[in-house]
Formats: sequence, C-alpha cells, structure tokens
Amino acid sequence: MNAFFAAYLAQDGLSNGAIYCLLALALVLVFAITRVILIPQGDFVSYAAISFASLREGRVPGTVGLMLALTVLAVAIELARDRNRFAPRVLRLAAAPLLLAALAEISPRLHLPAVVDALLATAMVAALGPLLYRIVYRRIAAASTLVLLIVSVALHFVLLGMGLYFFGPEGVRAEPLIDLAFILGAVPIKGQSLLILATCAVLAAALFAIGERSLIGKALRAASINPTGARLMGISTEWSGSLAFLVAALIGGVSGVLISSTTTLYYDSGFLLGLKGFVAGILGGLASFPLAGAGAFALGLLESFASFYASAFKETIVFALIIPILLWRSLAARTGTD
Amino acid sequence: MSLISARNVTVCYGKIAAVKDVSLDIHEGQIVTIVGPNGAGKTTLLSALMGLLPMTGEVSYFGTVSRPGVEALVRAGIGLIPERRELFATLSVEDNLALGGFDRWRAGAEDAAFELAKIYRLFPRLEERRRQVAATLSGGERQMLAMGRALMGRPRLLLLDEPSLGLAPMVMRDIFETISGLRDQGVAILLVEQNARAALRIADHGHVMEAGRFVLSGPASELARNERVSEAYLGVAAAEDPPQE
Repeated sequence: MNAFFAAYLAQDGLSNGAIYCLLALALVLVFAITRVILIPQGDFVSYAAISFASLREGRVPGTVGLMLALTVLAVAIELARDRNRFAPRVLRLAAAPLLLAALAEISPRLHLPAVVDALLATAMVAALGPLLYRIVYRRIAAASTLVLLIVSVALHFVLLGMGLYFFGPEGVRAEPLIDLAFILGAVPIKGQSLLILATCAVLAAALFAIGERSLIGKALRAASINPTGARLMGISTEWSGSLAFLVAALIGGVSGVLISSTTTLYYDSGFLLGLKGFVAGILGGLASFPLAGAGAFALGLLESFASFYASAFKETIVFALIIPILLWRSLAARTGTD
Repeated sequence: MSLISARNVTVCYGKIAAVKDVSLDIHEGQIVTIVGPNGAGKTTLLSALMGLLPMTGEVSYFGTVSRPGVEALVRAGIGLIPERRELFATLSVEDNLALGGFDRWRAGAEDAAFELAKIYRLFPRLEERRRQVAATLSGGERQMLAMGRALMGRPRLLLLDEPSLGLAPMVMRDIFETISGLRDQGVAILLVEQNARAALRIADHGHVMEAGRFVLSGPASELARNERVSEAYLGVAAAEDPPQE
C-alpha cells in the first residue's frame, strides 16, 4: 500500500471513528447515569438519517408518526400513574414532540435549507429519548443491570419493527451537508469528513465543559457517583435519566444526519454502528469517556484498513477486537483488587 | 406548628417489621432525639420518614397529610444526612456544597454564593479544603461536608443519622455544638444517635427505641435521669464521665 491509499483509508477511518466516538460517549453517559446499556442507540442513528433524507426530499418523515405514538403512550402512562395536577406534567412531556411534529408536517411547503432540515431531524430523534425513558425505563430504574440490558435488547427489536412500519424498507442516502472536496498533498479530502470530525470535537468538548463547569452537568455526575446522595439533594432519578436519554438520542440524531450522506442507510442499519460504539465504550469499561473516545478512533482506523486488506472479514475483525479487550480488562481488574 | 407528625408508622423489609407502630412529633425549634442500640430500627425509621422506604401509618409533613417522594420532601425543606453520608466522593468539596443547593437553584434562588459563605463561616475547615475531592477528607470533615451540603438547601428540618459515628471525641463535641446552634437558628432537628449521653444533653425531647418500638418517650432531661436509660445506655460511662457544664 502506498502513502496515498493509507491517507485515504485513514480519512475514512477517522470520520467513521468520529461517529463511533459520538455513539460511545452517549453509551458511556447513559450507562454511568442509569446503568442502562443502550442497545437502541444505533436505532436513533437510522431514524435520524432517514428523517433527514425524507425532509430533503420534501416528504413528512415517518418520525412524526412514531413520535406522536410514543407521546400518546407516555401521556397515558403519566395519567395512569397519578391524576393529580397532571396538566403541567403532560404539557412538559408533550409540548416539544407536538411542536416538532407540527413543524415537520408543514416543512414540505416551506422548502427549508438543508441545515434547518438537519436540525429538525436531529431534534425529532432527540425528543424520542426522554419519551422512551419514561415509557420503558422509569418504572424499572432500580432493576439490576442485567434486567435493564434485556429490556434494552427487547426495546431495540421493538424499535426495529417500528422503524420498518414507519419508514419502510427502502434505503436512503442524502446529499452531503457540505458539498466540498479539495486535494491536500495529492489526497482528496471530503468536506463531509471534516464536518463529521469537527462536530465530534465540538460535541465532545461541549459534554466535557457541561460536566465540569455547569451545575446541571455536576448534578448528572453526582447522580452517577452516588444515586442516593443525589436524590437527597433533590436530583431525581427520573430527571437525570430523562436528561441522559435526551443527550444520547441527540447524539444519535446528530450522528445519523452526518452519516446519511456517506453511505446508504436502512431502517435497521444503525444497529451495527451502535454496536461498534459499544465495542469502543467497553474499552473504557463503559466508565471512561477519554478511553471510549480513543477506542472509537482506533476502531474506525482498524475497520478502514481491514476493509482494504480483507474486506470480507471487515466486521469480523472489528468485533473480534472485543475478545482481547475483555481479556485485558478482566486481567487488569484482577490485579487491581488482589 | 408540627413539622412532622407521624402516627403508627410501621416499616417492613419483606415480612419482617423493622419499625413497629411508632408515633412521633417534631415541632419547630426542637431537637428530638431517638436513642437506642444497633439494629433497633432507627435508621430505617429515618429513611421511611424521608420517603426512601415504603411505610404504613399516617404521617403529615408541615401539617398536610400525604406520602410524597424524596424529591418533594427536599423541596418542602426537609434534609436527611444519612449514616453513610453519601457524599459525591470524586467531586470537590465546593461542588458537593454547590449541589446541596441544586434544588433551590433550579427553583430560581440566586443566593448560592451567600449560602456558601455562610457554610464556610460555620465550617472553616471546609473552606480550606474546598478544592479537594470529598474522598480525601477525614471522618470529621466528611460529617461537616455532609452537614454543610444539607444546609445549602436551607432546610427547616434536618434528619441526622448518627452524626458522631467514627468521630474523635473533640470533633464530636464540635459537631454537637453545631447541631444545637442550628436549633437556635430555627432549624428543627431529628437526631438519631447511639451516643445517648451526648444526644440527650442537647435534645428537648427523646425517644428510646428497642427492637423496632419506642419503649420510652419524654423530655430529654427526664430520660437522662431515668434509671433504666442510664443503666442501658449511659451505663458505666455515666460514672466515668462527669457532666461538663
């Protein structure tokens, strides 16, 4: 392989790595705060990509129906739970989804610019996060990690089915947000790759800044460090869980919109992406953000070069990585406690 | 006004009742103490009153009968300082304190800096250590931080679980002094203690808890003189440790 190919593969690997990095950060965040391993993280990616492509084609995306169905379900659950003064709670739950649905419904007539469509698609997917948390996880927040994992797997399959119903089986590919390409020292650079890397950097920096500087970020960290202590400060499990799911779905949405121009995506394509984010996440034991991020980029590069040398085994090589990672982690853990 | 009025409270772990048929009142400006041996159900009672455990019986908070959750009770002005302190170990002392005011901040209060300064005046040690992470504090400092964090929420009623646990005698005396100082500032206190002598000295009212029940109740000074109490809980210490006043 010459330097040209290497640079080209590296570019691909890094931009995929940036997507895995975003997904890994979301998985670590959700796990730290709720102990949920968010298998459906990848589904958010497919949903956002398809929503964005639909909006670009001037169609109302299936996300609207999905979001409204989940909103109705969440409101029904809220009513069944407690009918006292439910109006403000229902409003808080339903306001954002209804507003976004209305916006998406009239969007075909407005001929919005691509950036606005991208934001709308992302926002709709982000709105799914808290809804799913309320419908699925709120009642079982205290269950064991294993139960939460099993529920996550089940939720993934439900979302897969809903994806097929609301979006249909067709694959989509959107125009890139930045239609830019230039040659840098004989290597063609795609504007979309740069956009993906820049977005990853900005989001990671924003997450870091929020966690370190803002009281809300510190409250989320407190909820993961000591849930009982956090509740005694009025930081409710429900609040922190909903917020974690909002951020995770938002990150999934951003990833989906970014990736929608680099590959054809189907309603079920997100799963593999989410799984790769998970592999990167366990590199840091689902606890370390920097390790998860670094792992994600290593994974992207490995995948890119594997596809060059042994393209048939690309996925195998990537997922086989999980075995040495787990071995290393369990050995490291043992020396730590002995 | 009665801050907490509990009637016939029973708390069960599965089929086993850890607290049986307990009734209790805490009025404004009072220190009420519950003394008793390990495993009597004191911590369980506090957790249930704070909404952390399900219970049966009737409890009214600030005059209204309801069964709100922890978060609502925190907002209403009740703070619990648990036996295990439950600090945010990897956050700094100052961040721990700031989070104590989280609920008030979310409700729109803007006086966090003022409250923080008050806590630092009360516990100067915390100011010295404000950049340190909570995990590196000594036992006494951890208790100060737990109290400071709870006070940042400006509670009207503090539930204190074994504040003297694992503290050196000097530090313990400071903590008890702070507790009676809080009462003078209008914070009512429900104090659960194994150190019955120290607790009864600062309390207005006391209950002796054994095997899930209140076996004796009365003004703290009377309980301190009660023969049964001194035999069981003040014991030999009563003879060795003359009153300090």
